[in-house]
Amino acid sequence: MQPIHDVLLLLVVLTNFWVLGTTRLSATIRATAVQGVLLAGLPIALYPGFEPHILGLSIGTFAVKALLLPYLLSRAIREAAVRREIEPLIGFAPSLLLGAVAVALAFSIAPRLPLPGLQTQMLVPVSLSTVVIGLLVLTTRKKAVTQVVGYLILENGIFVFGLSQVQRVPFLVEVGVLLDIFVGVFIMGIVVFHINREFDSLDSARLTELRD
Amino acid sequence: MSDFPYYSVLALLAVLIVAPALPGIANRTKSALTGRRGAPVLQLYRDLARLWRKGVVYSQTTTAIFRLGPIVLLAATLLAAALLPLDGRRALLSFPGDLVAFAGLLGLGRFGMALAAMDTGSSFEGMGASREVTVASFAEPALFLCFIVLVLATGRLDLTGMYGLPLHDAWPVAAPSLVLAAGSLFIVTLAETCRVPVDDPLTHLELTMIHEVMVLDHSGPDLALILYAGAVKMALFAALVAGVLLPRASQPPGVAIAALLLGLVVVAVAIGVVESVTSRLRMNRVPQLLIAASALAGFALILLLR
Repeated sequence: MQPIHDVLLLLVVLTNFWVLGTTRLSATIRATAVQGVLLAGLPIALYPGFEPHILGLSIGTFAVKALLLPYLLSRAIREAAVRREIEPLIGFAPSLLLGAVAVALAFSIAPRLPLPGLQTQMLVPVSLSTVVIGLLVLTTRKKAVTQVVGYLILENGIFVFGLSQVQRVPFLVEVGVLLDIFVGVFIMGIVVFHINREFDSLDSARLTELRD
Repeated sequence: MSDFPYYSVLALLAVLIVAPALPGIANRTKSALTGRRGAPVLQLYRDLARLWRKGVVYSQTTTAIFRLGPIVLLAATLLAAALLPLDGRRALLSFPGDLVAFAGLLGLGRFGMALAAMDTGSSFEGMGASREVTVASFAEPALFLCFIVLVLATGRLDLTGMYGLPLHDAWPVAAPSLVLAAGSLFIVTLAETCRVPVDDPLTHLELTMIHEVMVLDHSGPDLALILYAGAVKMALFAALVAGVLLPRASQPPGVAIAALLLGLVVVAVAIGVVESVTSRLRMNRVPQLLIAASALAGFALILLLR
């Protein structure tokens, strides 16, 4: 049978497709929360043995990525009263196809990037495709909340990549990264709130209308 | 002939007899989940018997194409049924590449119905035919991608091999791909059998119908043929999904057929559950769902090629 960490990594890719294919903002936030839960399970699945370092990373990830950030984002859309991504720059079906292409490319490139001490062959392609899909969401969606979600997915990809080297990276660095994201999303939440108040809309394209 | 496939015939007959109960099971699940009693599970049998006794009305604008449509549909569907290894061992007809014939036969049936719909000269039916073919043109790539996944996983080019013993050997090494392919096949099933996220079999407004509006002019035994072919098609797709998840070639034949029937019922219940928890998609969102199904199957393919 498949080892549990490969199944978790597969589910991470499926949540990426979920974000690409859905129009509802609440569903994209739910997808990132699910992705946070999967990422929290990954360190334990990859390094069984319950070392305090790994456990701390897992619990921190769960608290920030599965609970705190989704909560902040859903509060943002509740206050801004937006429900749907209306007109992305690239439509939903083409972006699904682009996502599939990204996954295919990531899986074909990954074997050429040999890394020392990899637990599973899935780690590199999944992280590459997650980064690319995060970038795709970040650049092609217009609502500020979806762009924050794209940023989170991009960072989740980097997190998955970092998991391959987790024993060499000190715990402090990981915690620092989690804190950075938290602060980043916090600031973006404030920006979202202000965009909404200025323009009565969360459409970041309207930021070009800023003038005296 | 000593190796006459008795069990294949038996399985085919069992599926042909059970098929009209499947839409009933799906509808019954839906009514149970929404707090209604719902129509009896065997309602479609009664409808078929009633329609069979009735006369036929043909519009004066129609030609022979209109009368041939339902016959072509049923014949193509039954032939496609003969290509599936329903007892898990072998199909009645089997040759390398028969998966293309399977999809082609179902396409031929749809083609016959679309022509019959356009033959009536009614704009509603032409619209229904155009929608049905649009949906099908997005569902077929997903179906073929799923078949390719099965071909690569098992190394066989015929449905008998793809769903036979090689599938048992494929499960331990390719489980994620097979699960993804089954999920994708299930979405294709919803589209091909005209169930809720794509089409609503219970709607009575011509503007929102897809499949139902296409068969609006057919009556009596013709309509019975169409309804029966639809039920058989649902059973075939349910068998495709169940066959991936429940490989049964190593079971004794009786157990394999019982497992198949159980699988059909489970898929019908799943369709009913999906119909209860989702609303119907807008027409322009349907391709997105089917492209998502293709993306799932494509991902399964990538995992296999890795």
